[in-house]
Amino acid sequence: MSLATEVQTRIPRNLLISMAVLVLAALGLSIYAWHVRKTVVATPAVPVNAGSLAPPVAGPTERVTLFVAHDEDGTLRAESAQIPMPSGRQQRADEVLQALVARYLGKSSPHALGPGSEVRSVFLVDPGAAVIDLNAAFADTHRSGVLVEELMVTSLIQTIAANTPGILKVKILVDGKERDTLAGHADLSDFYDVTAVNQLAIQLQPQ
Amino acid sequence: MRWTRVRSAGVPPAVARVSRPRNRVLKAFTLVVVCSLLLSGVPADKYLSVYSVAANYSVPIVQREGRDYVGLLELLEPLGRVNAKAEGVRWRLRFNNVDGMFFLGKTHARVQDRDADLIGKFLMENKRGLVPVTALSSLLPRILGGPVTLHEQSDRLFIGSVGTHFTAALSGDNPPRLVLHFSAPVNPTIANEPGALRMTFSREPVVAPASPTLTFGNKTIPSAIFSETKGAAVLTVNSSVPVMATFGGDGRTITIAPTGAAAQAATPNAPASSASTATPPPATTAGAPPATAPRRYFAVIDASHGGDDRGETLSSSLVEKDVTVALARSLRQELESRGITALVLRDSDANLTLDQRAIFANADHAAIYIALHASSSGRGVRVYTALLPIGDNDRGPFRSWTTAQHAALPLSQSTASAVAAELQRRQVPVRALAAPLRPLNNIIGPAIAIELAPQGSDVTQLTAPDYQQLVTSAVATAIVSSHDALGGAQ
Repeated sequence: MSLATEVQTRIPRNLLISMAVLVLAALGLSIYAWHVRKTVVATPAVPVNAGSLAPPVAGPTERVTLFVAHDEDGTLRAESAQIPMPSGRQQRADEVLQALVARYLGKSSPHALGPGSEVRSVFLVDPGAAVIDLNAAFADTHRSGVLVEELMVTSLIQTIAANTPGILKVKILVDGKERDTLAGHADLSDFYDVTAVNQLAIQLQPQ
Repeated sequence: MRWTRVRSAGVPPAVARVSRPRNRVLKAFTLVVVCSLLLSGVPADKYLSVYSVAANYSVPIVQREGRDYVGLLELLEPLGRVNAKAEGVRWRLRFNNVDGMFFLGKTHARVQDRDADLIGKFLMENKRGLVPVTALSSLLPRILGGPVTLHEQSDRLFIGSVGTHFTAALSGDNPPRLVLHFSAPVNPTIANEPGALRMTFSREPVVAPASPTLTFGNKTIPSAIFSETKGAAVLTVNSSVPVMATFGGDGRTITIAPTGAAAQAATPNAPASSASTATPPPATTAGAPPATAPRRYFAVIDASHGGDDRGETLSSSLVEKDVTVALARSLRQELESRGITALVLRDSDANLTLDQRAIFANADHAAIYIALHASSSGRGVRVYTALLPIGDNDRGPFRSWTTAQHAALPLSQSTASAVAAELQRRQVPVRALAAPLRPLNNIIGPAIAIELAPQGSDVTQLTAPDYQQLVTSAVATAIVSSHDALGGAQ
């Protein structure tokens, strides 16, 4: 008696068929997995914008004043912008700074920011204190220099204070932590007095 | 201690009760003194003279294993908060915020988690850490965060740019007068020898001129020789007639001239009989030398950044920290040429924190603090003063570290305006602004910062000596014009 005949007599036919089906299924799944993996590797990674998880603000728009730094002549200029504004005070402060950063990240930016720069969040703390939290890319890619850093700090503080009444002092954090300077010069270790920054903004206006 | 307890209890101490504790205290004191003397060995006959902004002092040098050693704790104590702890063969040191670890018998130490070469073995005696004097020039910058210069042959150590420079000029022929002008007040010991007058500067950090031998081409006072020995600087003025020294200019000027009779002898038209009546010169100088006082500079120049902090990368081969040092040296030269004493806070590629810079400047009580920056953006020069909160400055006798500048801000602003006006007069584009720039707000005296940018788009202009001098010369002129107001504040 041959070996094949002996196997056929000892293993039931239905089991042999089931095993063959399973082997084929495993083979098929392996081929599919290999194909999927190749597709994933070939697809370029899409950057995840962690800061844009909130839904876009809808509703009525308002005219706000942005204080924009201009590097070419080292001045700070007031610009009007029409942006959708939520009703909450903190959300409004956040929205106005997002609009300011969008202005800097635009193509015709007068004060270029590095890619990925953003304001992570804004907190309003009574009485009269605001905390602006920048992300690390904002500070790490910012140009170094007394004037260029001073322009950016003044731009952020003057913009939030002008559009959010009642803010008396502002603290700037980077990635939720205290940092000595923005990019080696402008001091971030303490709260900024809004009145003093307002006077500085006047000095920085075009003559 | 028992003595104190009796007194604090309000009980009048009876004589009998006091005498026994006093005897014990005396015995204990005597024992401590004897032990100290025995343990410290033979008293040192060599001393290391240390000159710094904080203090000038000397520490004993001891001979161990054929080398000169000093106690690190004694050396650092006058310069800041220091403590040390011996743990077996390890000796832990903490100076301000700097940690160091030394190992008995090892030639390497760890300072801020980095290796430091001690050249010789580290020794411990009575829990005192001893390091070779030779190692100080490399070890101390790591601990102090600033430049240190060791004159090993003469046992003199300079911490920071504290050297007192001098110029010598001969004026007048009949009789000749040698005028020595020092960058800081001096009070040397003066001794007359046949044919020479020797001035010994044991407390002042007087440093050598360009050449140690100065020749004047005069028969009466032909030359002067500068030398350093045993922790002191010595200036020997050679003369063919007896000379005497007089002080002037707040101790900054010493005039050496023939004594009255010798002057007549040195003068060709003087009556011949006068020479025979010449009296011996006095052994020490006439006039009132100034009392020894802490060193003070009129201006402290701070070359911003340094070490790991490179500042702005101005181009692929140029960083801000290098430009600021060059600017600082140029400004010092311009100020000193106008008779203003100036200290460059960072005269090398040293790491200095903003707090350290403010502490140095405040300790010096300088009339003006000038921080220097360089930038590729914008055009010309920006002159900054501190941006401080409006109001909220009434803290009684206390002064907040973050707003220490408050009282001096008006003077800082007027000085900044004077600098801006002078630069404008020289047709350099300039702006005067407030800025959130440390350590301006931590300085208790007048303080400004200057940011230099190129006049065009070429950043290499920042390193051009003529452009640097144009700016530093204008700054120095403005400082001189504000001298009276600033000096009053000092």
